[in-house]
Amino acid sequence: MDTFSQLMQGFAIALTPINLLWCLVGVAVGTAIGVLPGLGPALTIALLLPITTKVDPTAAFILFAGIYYGAMYGGSTTSILLNTPGESANIVTSLEGNKMARKGRAGAALATAAIGSFVAGTIGTIGITFMAEPVVKLALKFGPAEYFSLMMLCFITVAAVLGNSAIRGLTALFVGMFLGMIGVDNQSGQLRFTFGVTELYDGINVIVVAVGLFAIGETLWLATRPKEQQEEVLEVKDSIMMNREDWRRSWKPWLRGSLIGFPIGAMPAGGAEIPTFLSYSLEKKLSEKPEEFGHGAIEGVAGPEAANNASAAGVLVPMLALGLPTSATAAVMLSAFQSYGINPGPQLLSTNGALVWGLIASLYIGNAMLLVLNLPLVGLWVKMLKIPAPHLYGGILIFATIGTYGISRSVVDLMLLYAVGVMGFFMRRFDFPTAPVIIGMILGPLAEMNFRQAMTISQGDPMIFIQKPLSLFLLVLAALALLGPALWGLTKRWRGVTGEA
Amino acid sequence: MTSRRDIMKAGLAAGALGYLPFGITRAEAQALASLQIFVPAAPGGGWDGTGRAIEAVMRAEKIMEAFQFEHAPGAGGVVGMPKFMSSKKGQPNAIMIGGMVMVGAIIANKAPLKLSDLVPICRLTGEYEAIVVPAESPFKTMKDLVAAFKADPGKISWSGGSAGGTDHILVGMIAKAVGVDPKKIAYVANSGGGPVIAAVLGNQVSCGVSGYGEFAEHIKAGKMRLLAMSSDKRLPGINAPTLKEEGVDVELANWRGVFGAPGITPQQQEALVGLFDRLIASEGWKQELIKRDWTGIYMRGNAFGSYVEAETTRITGVLKDIGLA
Repeated sequence: MDTFSQLMQGFAIALTPINLLWCLVGVAVGTAIGVLPGLGPALTIALLLPITTKVDPTAAFILFAGIYYGAMYGGSTTSILLNTPGESANIVTSLEGNKMARKGRAGAALATAAIGSFVAGTIGTIGITFMAEPVVKLALKFGPAEYFSLMMLCFITVAAVLGNSAIRGLTALFVGMFLGMIGVDNQSGQLRFTFGVTELYDGINVIVVAVGLFAIGETLWLATRPKEQQEEVLEVKDSIMMNREDWRRSWKPWLRGSLIGFPIGAMPAGGAEIPTFLSYSLEKKLSEKPEEFGHGAIEGVAGPEAANNASAAGVLVPMLALGLPTSATAAVMLSAFQSYGINPGPQLLSTNGALVWGLIASLYIGNAMLLVLNLPLVGLWVKMLKIPAPHLYGGILIFATIGTYGISRSVVDLMLLYAVGVMGFFMRRFDFPTAPVIIGMILGPLAEMNFRQAMTISQGDPMIFIQKPLSLFLLVLAALALLGPALWGLTKRWRGVTGEA
Repeated sequence: MTSRRDIMKAGLAAGALGYLPFGITRAEAQALASLQIFVPAAPGGGWDGTGRAIEAVMRAEKIMEAFQFEHAPGAGGVVGMPKFMSSKKGQPNAIMIGGMVMVGAIIANKAPLKLSDLVPICRLTGEYEAIVVPAESPFKTMKDLVAAFKADPGKISWSGGSAGGTDHILVGMIAKAVGVDPKKIAYVANSGGGPVIAAVLGNQVSCGVSGYGEFAEHIKAGKMRLLAMSSDKRLPGINAPTLKEEGVDVELANWRGVFGAPGITPQQQEALVGLFDRLIASEGWKQELIKRDWTGIYMRGNAFGSYVEAETTRITGVLKDIGLA
């Protein structure tokens, strides 16, 4: 039976009223938890695991997949409106998205995020349907050496968010890397910078730092300057939806973001954050108006939002094709398979084809539902910005606090949240960019782990990074990204000189 | 105070004599109106799954009606355990799920606590470790792998879970058993079984070590080769020799068990053990074990306590050899 007819059978399963209802419940719950900072899809699905004893597996997985996709949609809303990322994959969205909201363009930002998510989710789902096998093969080619080289590429491209002062940007990046190092060292099992606090053994949750820096820091900053607050009226200036210009500037980033997000999502150590960084810096490079970046460029919302949704679809590829969990959410979904006595693995598709195809079909439906659910909500969300600033920011504080407490119900996390918030305030005060902290925190430990794993495998021989073709390719890309602009500038000047002579 | 201590002594004596006051146990068991299950890990993991399975079967078999769950994730249980000890002290209906991972985590993290501070209830299930190689690997048997490992320890990269965890401990034991300095192991630590599977499937490492369940489907599909199991004898349905058969004198079970809160009386302990006696005897539990691919290795009460002590000593030794303790 070919893929297409199997997919049609999947639709027959997914379109039954009861499964449609589960899908709707899933995407609605997913959107809601995506909006809440802290409460992520992994935790939500884990809390819902006991329903596996009551409903049949297809319904349960349609529900779980709906939650997963929905969370990716919802996370952008608070990033844009409140500068409070709901999930770590939405951190980049807040960079441009919140600036757009400040300029009264919240509607366009939310719309490009929602439509971009739909486009990327659909492309990703098509990818799951037809490309699963080659994508998995490519993903498995990535070993520690390749990942480390990919991280190097990321580090170089994130120079795009370092801000105007390299010293300040790098300082922030290193602060982030330091925060990421706290906890048990993965390769040696030794504790680093935990000072005997057991809650720090597993490291600091990146969401706590992001919410602290962005939401708490921002609120404190505004509270100290009541006068400027009045200028910052977050009013919707033009139409709620995207105008022609917005569409023109958004569609390419949507497609590029999807193409970056899907394969990286499918990689065992890829994750949803890295493609958002790469997409952001790519869009900045390709933009007609790079000067708008940092002040609310729509490409900077469209690209990363598409990238994180496509990566969510990518994560499902190794899960369904190999039974391999590459994210916390996928791991929890796999444990749900086990409570049905289904063994996820390379044979899942042949032993439980109906379940898998029903699930894939429900992803198409869920994506469409999410668009229908989210677009009308844009108007409603935007109204939230009419709340007077003191009340709005008071609300943000409560929201951030409850969300953070919800992650692990740990008081230590709350203290960290406010400590980081105070740090964010001073960084803002002295004009340090905050985004590199988050990037350092995510990339630093990953780069370190993969470097050490690669060196363990190669018995300490650094040549492993250039002996492996994929790794070499990525390093060359990184070198080009680093030296390219400088070299290009040099040749142009040299030509200019010779031209004059 | 004195009277209570006397009762405790009496209870201990009764336990030591193997005399089980069944009348009291049943009465006590009935007095337990609800069970508070404390999971020192995140929802969705193995310990959570164990707790949920206990709940599902106890409900179905009408052993217990009401359950409350509490999760405190972090550092292989080291974050949750002190919370359990302080918040549940003396509560006769509170249990904590734990396992071998915790023994290693406590030692490796130098945490100022011991599992013997808790009241042992029972060892429930175990999973044996599997040693696999990529399908393309030149190693056909465990003997091949050991020979290459002895010849040049650094050349064999072992992919497994976190440093100092069960997988690492097993590799340390193997090294010691075949006469290789455990400090020379090229151990590639990962967070969890998923990346280990990916590394083996992608032929990135020499071999992978994890619970059999993680690899089972990939072995069946021929995508990786199972060289040996860490069980003491061959397991039904698994077509591979034990490490001992392959000349490596090592056995290791990644067990999961149940502990009671500190400060409960021996009678209260016996009441909790009684609940699990009934759980183990039930048909529902037997089916749950099959469904979840768990091996039942039940060990009750104080016998389990002595077992935990022995494991702690053994694992401390291994971690010292590796250089982590």
